[in-house]
Amino acid sequence: MVDLKNVFKTYNKKKVIEDVSLEIEKGTITSFIGPNGAGKSTLISMISRLIAKDNGAITIDGQDIMQTKNNELAKKISILKQSNAINLKLTIRELVSFGRFPYSQGKLTEEDQSKIDEAIDYMELREIQDKYLDELSGGQRQRAHIAMVIAQDTEYILLDEPLNNLDMRHSVQIMKTLRKLVNEMGKTILLVIHDINFASCYSDHIVALKDGKIVKQGRTCDVIDKCVLKDIYDMDIDIKEIDDRRICVYF
Amino acid sequence: MGYKSKTIILAVVAFLLALLYIFYDLSGNIEYILPRRSIKVFAIILTGGAIAFATVVFMTITNNRILTPSVLGLDSLYMLIQTFIVFIFGANTLAMMSGEINYLISIGFMVLFSLLLYQFLFRGEKNNIYFLLLIGMILGTFFGSFTDFMQVLIDPNEFMIAQDRMFASINNVNTDLVYLSVIIIALVMAYFMRFYKYLDVIALGKDEAINLGVPYDYVVKRLLIIVAVLISVSTALIGPITFLGLLVVNLAYELMKTYRHFYIILSSVFISMIALLGGQFIVEKVFTFNTTISVIINFIGGIYFIFLLLKENKKW
Repeated sequence: MVDLKNVFKTYNKKKVIEDVSLEIEKGTITSFIGPNGAGKSTLISMISRLIAKDNGAITIDGQDIMQTKNNELAKKISILKQSNAINLKLTIRELVSFGRFPYSQGKLTEEDQSKIDEAIDYMELREIQDKYLDELSGGQRQRAHIAMVIAQDTEYILLDEPLNNLDMRHSVQIMKTLRKLVNEMGKTILLVIHDINFASCYSDHIVALKDGKIVKQGRTCDVIDKCVLKDIYDMDIDIKEIDDRRICVYF
Repeated sequence: MGYKSKTIILAVVAFLLALLYIFYDLSGNIEYILPRRSIKVFAIILTGGAIAFATVVFMTITNNRILTPSVLGLDSLYMLIQTFIVFIFGANTLAMMSGEINYLISIGFMVLFSLLLYQFLFRGEKNNIYFLLLIGMILGTFFGSFTDFMQVLIDPNEFMIAQDRMFASINNVNTDLVYLSVIIIALVMAYFMRFYKYLDVIALGKDEAINLGVPYDYVVKRLLIIVAVLISVSTALIGPITFLGLLVVNLAYELMKTYRHFYIILSSVFISMIALLGGQFIVEKVFTFNTTISVIINFIGGIYFIFLLLKENKKW
């Protein structure tokens, strides 16, 4: 369980995150939604200790993330940021191998190799595993990065806008994979997402942020609601129910 | 060709060049010439290796292949120290001063300067590496201007002696200093081995490194100190020649086409030795000491740098 208590973050006197408390259950997909500058990425970066918090407590399975050893934490939680500007000459397989670093410290064992194979197969990258990252399309590169996260084999997976710059087909593919990871492997996934329809269709819980504060959190059906969305985005959003799915019409 | 065979070929070429340098045209007083040349070769291997190694680590930390540790301002500080001694105490003092004292003073100040710089910049949460580089560059320019200022004030004859220190030269390397440098570099390398495994991961960038469990700030601070010590030692031993690093490390990346630091470090070290040994050979046999090695290295390095800029430019 990820547990945040009264978390604050200030950049140059501007409050980015203000008094955020929330609990995230195991084995669920939780989406963070909200307008630009709401603090979604900051929050997810703090949970994955990429940025330090100013105040409050963040614990994962009861352990404070700042007290836990870096290497132990890397086996428990992984993050995929939105900009993956790696300027190294790396093949997909080499990138995925990096996911094993917390376990192998650079010396890959048999077990590591089989985990890497698994991750590559899981993301259907087997045929192109020896291609270099700069030869790939955006969708393939994103899948390669997700394969690395799978190889890292952490209970908690954090993704910062994983659908950025992807077309519909690839977006759906990625979201289905994430769903599968939760259902089949019992992972817990937290993601920042802009498209509220993707959030509505694939997540169990939604946390809505605005101006660094939580406006609403709860089950997807509670948050995807006309009044709540009006509060978050300051616009009227029609919600249609199609095949038990709530689709927001905001055009 | 595999990484291994390429590395071995480089090692062999470096070794052969070392032998050529030592045994070429061996006549006259062999008992004097042989140890004299051997110690020079040893100094070349040491400094070449140290600079190449420090540059690889520095480029990895900064995630940038056209930055060398010279942006930390250590070269300029070295020149400032040398000029300052001449300015205050006169050229005779610099000439008379025992090599060890000058060496230790230079290293001491350079390392102290880097530590203060890091300490100041890494205080609290602000640990932006580019901010460090910016400050290093500004201070480097400041030292450079201050050096120029003192140089125009001193007597032209004294200036000649100060200027002599401005260019790297292996012609009159001090034997005792070479041994001292070996000890320092060996200690630094022993310390480095603890952080070796992190280099490949750090090359992925800060966020990825933290994600994969690298204690990033801790490791980067230690690595920067290692870089500073190595650059200080090689600068104090043969003079400012960090530009060499840019050249050899980029050549190593071009040649090896891998991200693995094991091969990149080894091949840059060997290429660096080849460049220095070859350069020194040309200085002695072709130019008969009419120029210094750093002039040659800077000339070739400068051309390569322009080539690199043009090539990278095309990519956009």
